[in-house]
Amino acid sequence: MIVADKKPVEEIIEYLKNHTNILILGCNECVTVCEAGGQKEVQVLASALRMNAQKDGKDVNVDELTLERQCDHEYLEEIRDMIDQYDAVVSLACGVGVQFTAEKYPSTMIYPGVNTCFLGATEKRGLWTERCQGCGQCILATTGSICPVARCAKRLFNGPCGGSTAGKCEINPETECAWQLIVDRMKALDKLDQYENLCPIKDWSTDRAGGPRKVVREDVQQ
Amino acid sequence: MSAKTPSKLEKILSEGHLAVTSECGPPRGSNPQPIIDKAEMIKDHVDAINITDNQTSMTRMSSLAACIRLKLMGLEPVLQMVTRDRNRIALQSDILGAASFDINNILCLSGDHQSFGDNPKGQNVHDIDSMQLIQTVRLMRDEGKFLGGDDLDRPLEMFVGAAANPFADPFEIRVPRLAKKVAAGVEFIQTQCIYNLDKFEEWMKGVRERGLHEKCYILAGLTPMKSVGMARYMQKRVPGMDVPDEVIKRLQGVEKGKAAAEGIKMCVESIQRLKEVEGVAGFHIMAIEWEQKVPEIVEAAGLYPRPSVN
Repeated sequence: MIVADKKPVEEIIEYLKNHTNILILGCNECVTVCEAGGQKEVQVLASALRMNAQKDGKDVNVDELTLERQCDHEYLEEIRDMIDQYDAVVSLACGVGVQFTAEKYPSTMIYPGVNTCFLGATEKRGLWTERCQGCGQCILATTGSICPVARCAKRLFNGPCGGSTAGKCEINPETECAWQLIVDRMKALDKLDQYENLCPIKDWSTDRAGGPRKVVREDVQQ
Repeated sequence: MSAKTPSKLEKILSEGHLAVTSECGPPRGSNPQPIIDKAEMIKDHVDAINITDNQTSMTRMSSLAACIRLKLMGLEPVLQMVTRDRNRIALQSDILGAASFDINNILCLSGDHQSFGDNPKGQNVHDIDSMQLIQTVRLMRDEGKFLGGDDLDRPLEMFVGAAANPFADPFEIRVPRLAKKVAAGVEFIQTQCIYNLDKFEEWMKGVRERGLHEKCYILAGLTPMKSVGMARYMQKRVPGMDVPDEVIKRLQGVEKGKAAAEGIKMCVESIQRLKEVEGVAGFHIMAIEWEQKVPEIVEAAGLYPRPSVN
């Protein structure tokens, strides 16, 4: 899923200082799972904004709504009849949701309410870690299903650097060395001999290097 | 192995001499004098001088510019290039720039992570890795081609090196990793600083079992300890460094003010022991900001005078 983290409320208050009618728009997908932008976080942020307005003696209306998704036309249409009531929307969806909402409602200011971080997994509640950078050409078949692009700080394709120590990355003793994980897993699969296959120079044109990307599937287009 | 390039370092190794290299870190400013002064201190005692490429991610004068300074002094530079800061276009371009000054040695590295340096908020590149940089230089030299497939108008004549760290984890992959670098086309290796000689010899045994010492020249890396504090720092703080407790104890055991001399003595003893290890083709002496001690170490280790080659 897409993992996001909450923005400091002070930053959001600063965005909203000249607005008086505000919608906090949550998303029921990834950001709900990572507890950054679901219904619960919408409530908490709305309460904080109301309290702040009260403290400053300002008359500010803050409404709350959480959509099923903000990355699909279908769900974003649900706010078409109400959007004009607001002079600002704070989207607690990922950066995709913020932008898709803005594209749909060009005359309304849409602010981001979270920092979108990475594609990751829930290791346990309150701990989400990165697994994928969406490079567009998956090499997991050759690296024991562990991604050096996303998980090695130097995205090395051909093995651990000289800084790998006791299974940890040189940049942070709490970060696992991706290549230690790859080696351990290939050993468990009895495929460690494959380590010596040289990984060819990567084609990054399917990564962000190639500019904004799209997936076109004419077979499923209507 | 016969020499394929005009590199003096390659010639010395191919003639069977134990090679001696050292390194100089470029200055943190635009004054070229520090690099000239450092080179003057060591030039008669080494065969080639590595110029580091923004080591530990601290921004410095470019390795290429500093290598050109050495070349203008008639010396033999080894251009260190890391894949951290340049994409494949910039790497190939700088390699050609170096080749235009007949810089004949290159050391292909991935580089320390930028979080260690003075720009921890910066982006890193890592378009290709160190193995792929080795392949790139070999392509430009042996086939006279760019990565994009076009022909070079004048191919390179570079002796291609890389680093190896026998002490980093996972240990079991360290000999295979060298094999991979050999397969990529590496011709010489300069190792991480060796303090745990037993472990280095164990690694070399694995290297010999696979015959890798016959496919590339291995220069054993050594850094003399200046103080107990430095040894402790290297043990605790430098990733991938293996400093046994005995090294620290020995430095602690000498009179106050004598630790530096003991560090030099330990370095010389290490060279003497490693000379006997089959497959060690020379020594890379990295006296960090202590270049003036290199001649003393080389002489005490019986590696002086340096051979002359045509």
